[in-house]
Amino acid sequence: MTVRLFELMLKAAGYTVVISVASIAIGLLIGILVCAAKLSPRPWLRWPASLFVSFFRGVPLLVQLLLIYNLLPAIGIAVPSVVAALIGLSLCTAAYQAENLRGGFLSVPRGLLEAADMAGLSPWQHFRRIRAPIALRLTVPALVNEAILILKASSLISVVGVIELTRTAQNLAASTYEPLLFYSVAGGLYLAINWVVAAGGSLAERALRRGRLA
Amino acid sequence: MSFDGSVILAALPAILSGLKVTLGIWVAATALGIALGFVVAAFRHFGPRPLGLALRLAVEVLRGTPFLIQIFLLYFGGPFIGLSLDPVPAGLLGLSLYAAAYFSEIFRAGFLAVPRGHVEAAQCVGLSQAQIVRRILIPEMTMLVLPQCVNMAVILVKETAVLSIIAVPEATAVISALGSQQYAFVESLFLLAVIYWGLVEACGRAGRALETRLSKFRFA
Repeated sequence: MTVRLFELMLKAAGYTVVISVASIAIGLLIGILVCAAKLSPRPWLRWPASLFVSFFRGVPLLVQLLLIYNLLPAIGIAVPSVVAALIGLSLCTAAYQAENLRGGFLSVPRGLLEAADMAGLSPWQHFRRIRAPIALRLTVPALVNEAILILKASSLISVVGVIELTRTAQNLAASTYEPLLFYSVAGGLYLAINWVVAAGGSLAERALRRGRLA
Repeated sequence: MSFDGSVILAALPAILSGLKVTLGIWVAATALGIALGFVVAAFRHFGPRPLGLALRLAVEVLRGTPFLIQIFLLYFGGPFIGLSLDPVPAGLLGLSLYAAAYFSEIFRAGFLAVPRGHVEAAQCVGLSQAQIVRRILIPEMTMLVLPQCVNMAVILVKETAVLSIIAVPEATAVISALGSQQYAFVESLFLLAVIYWGLVEACGRAGRALETRLSKFRFA
């Protein structure tokens, strides 16, 4: 493999990272809303949120991507394939992240919430100072895990025609007739990125452990 | 956008055959993954250190790379090292290896989670190493890892869809091909989504029911 082809692979890996980070961020925002709806006392909010989570966790990402990629044009919205891919990845990770966040909120120790009530915190202070920070801290490991899952899952968007790392490896493997080499390099790059994400995650966890309450 | 159900009805036999392939590969890969994963976990727990390290490396690689890349390596790269497989065996082998890596981690954690005191108690009453494994470690571990195993089985149903990319004639391949032949993408893909959704929900529910039924056997 020449240096130029390796540079091509590196650039494609960068694209994979950008798309994954964007999906994780958009998914986190949607996930927060879905989590809030799922924890809400109002059934008309809770019910659709549960359906959303169940659907996007119950259907393979590949099928979701194909559905979004084909459905949008069918209802008259023509978007580039990368946008369809981004929508699919974001909605899928949103469902998982909503569940992770919900787990975090549900495992905030009751004693702390009761103590906050006794100390006379307003509902907003209660949320802002006690519930949210503790829940977020409890969710960080799950978020790192989800980031790694999405990075790997992003290989599937090659199917709807986004030229990311997997698709680039596929193209180069086909044109040079060296599949072993290019898929191994692609695998190695995914492995390296995941390793960096995991290392960053454990650093973040260690930093957050300072002043830990729960 | 129109929704035409007759397309689906006309292709029912093809859809059912696709579904059969999906279920067959899923069940076989889960069973093989559990068996191989258990062997790997046992070797890592009880085996010599160099072997443990080599297995750890293999597991890390399988867990750290996308399943699609693994399948491409096996299916397109395999012939270059004398391993020419048809789509179905390649898919089954790939999914089983992928599953084994995850199951081995589940079992490894399970072995470590069995309370030390139980093993020591067994040693005190004079059980041999083999007896300890068979009578204490495996039964207690099985109960501990059941929820994660169900979870993994659910993940594997969804991973079977990826095999459509190397032309395994499973549900996703058959039904999305139907969509493009009949120009009925929306109908066929919705059907596909509902099939997987139902399968995953059913598997999750069955798993939870099993856990409740077996909960009386939990000692740890």
